[in-house]
Amino acid sequence: MQTLFGNLAIFVLALLVGVEVISKIPSTLHTPMMSGSNAIHGVVIAGAVITASLASTPAGYILTFIAATLAAANVFGGYVVTDRILKMFTKPKQSSMSTTAGAAS
Amino acid sequence: MTGFEFLVGVLYLASASLFVVGLHQMRAPSTARTGNLISAGGMVIAVVTTIVFSLVSSGGHWIAWAALIGGALLGGVFGVRQARTVKMTDVPQLVSVFNAVGGGGAAAVAFAAFVLPGDAGGIELTISIPVVLDVLIGSITFSGSLIAAGKLQGIISGKPITFPGARAVNILVAIVALCAGVMAVILRGNTLMLVVVLVAALILGVLMVLPIGGADAPVIVSLLNAFTGLAVAMAGFAINNQALIIAGALVGAAGTILTLQMAKAMNRSVVSIILGGFGTGEPVSSSGPSGEDLANVRSLTADDVAIQLAYAQHVLIVPGYGLAAAQAQHQVAELAALLIAHGVDVKYAIHPVAGRMPGHMNVLLAEANVPYEQMLQLDDANAAFNNCDVALVIGANDVCNPDARKPGNAVSGMPILDADHAKSVVVIKRSMRPGYAGISNPLFTDPKTGMLFDDAKKALTGITTAVKEYVSA
Repeated sequence: MQTLFGNLAIFVLALLVGVEVISKIPSTLHTPMMSGSNAIHGVVIAGAVITASLASTPAGYILTFIAATLAAANVFGGYVVTDRILKMFTKPKQSSMSTTAGAAS
Repeated sequence: MTGFEFLVGVLYLASASLFVVGLHQMRAPSTARTGNLISAGGMVIAVVTTIVFSLVSSGGHWIAWAALIGGALLGGVFGVRQARTVKMTDVPQLVSVFNAVGGGGAAAVAFAAFVLPGDAGGIELTISIPVVLDVLIGSITFSGSLIAAGKLQGIISGKPITFPGARAVNILVAIVALCAGVMAVILRGNTLMLVVVLVAALILGVLMVLPIGGADAPVIVSLLNAFTGLAVAMAGFAINNQALIIAGALVGAAGTILTLQMAKAMNRSVVSIILGGFGTGEPVSSSGPSGEDLANVRSLTADDVAIQLAYAQHVLIVPGYGLAAAQAQHQVAELAALLIAHGVDVKYAIHPVAGRMPGHMNVLLAEANVPYEQMLQLDDANAAFNNCDVALVIGANDVCNPDARKPGNAVSGMPILDADHAKSVVVIKRSMRPGYAGISNPLFTDPKTGMLFDDAKKALTGITTAVKEYVSA
């Protein structure tokens, strides 16, 4: 019961932190933010690892395989596509910086 | 608690902190990319910690590890390939697919937590309740997100799909899912009941998204993102893993806020979108353009628009869904660059929900190398319209409908771009058809407005050619 309460406290506080952090993000960046938070829920792959360590039956192996496949698609794809989107946002910034900095580039 | 367990706890805390810091860095375009990398660093720590912890504490069977590695390779290759090749206009579908796999993955983890301990002694309530909730939410997210992605991609009709008695069927399936869930908890680990929850929730996900119109699909994607977060958090409760709980809660909060903001910007309540209200095909009064409306419309050619733009000092471009649908972001950027080179001040006025997901238009313009300093958000844009010579509205409708300031219609109270405050307005649109709110737009019949009826891409190419001739002559 104590574990449950500790976890519940963590859950509620993380929700509040999430609300606070996300509210500050301008609408310009809502697409990469959504895709970035999408990648974060790929952490479920850690759950797949724990499932693997507990599995010793065919049903367990199958569930491990399913969980690993789905979670890996989420986590790898999520981070790669977010980086691709954000790369385009930083590109014009770099070019304007190089024109002002001049000698630096 | 052993020293090793303490170390694992500290590393989980570090990875959770990196997720928060990473998200926080996404508040400015200049730091956002680093933020994503910081978040990815947190992910690496969380996964490596879990692998080491699992190997040391329980070991596990080699077949299970082979299944894990095989699955991770398969999923990873699929995910990375999709992420590398997706067109920027199709990002909403991909996000939806990643929601689906995330929710499905969480459901599978919870299912395993239920099945693997075996029959001895039954399962405690502190585990069975989050497991049932996870299987329920995760499965709804899995099937619902795939349907939403299908609608956005056009594989499934964007029109609301309903059948007689749909609502009764929905309620029935929901009751079956809930009853089976309660039974699974009471019976302390009844796998059959959990399978019933799984199947009912999968059906429920399909039934929930099918009646939702394509224009509302982005809101649903955002809502399902929040659902996935909650499912992952529930998986964390089920296997007592704090990394999953914290990350899941963060995503749950993010998705919820975005859903609410987006619904507000579209002037809809989340409840009415889910239950299906206006905009889902039912006829709305005063929908089509009347004959009188058409008589008042001033039609322009590409040459007219080119001259108007070349003579202007301040131009504001209002890109809308039509621009995204025609994939004309590169053409508009080319025209803007040409005008800027000619000494015209050109900026973009971007509505929060322009495009197919929140902030999507900014991504499309960034793809076409538009510096983000040129993209004005709602408030800044509305201040700029007062000093604007030409407002160039491309494939946008409801987001600049002045009727939003009047009470008593479908867009009343919706935050809009004040394009009608500009000295003159040019609207590029394929026809006079009403936007998705289904009402006519007085901006189009305003005496200072000229209409160019064409596909966004063709129209912009035509205007650019005309401006080039005009400038060189």
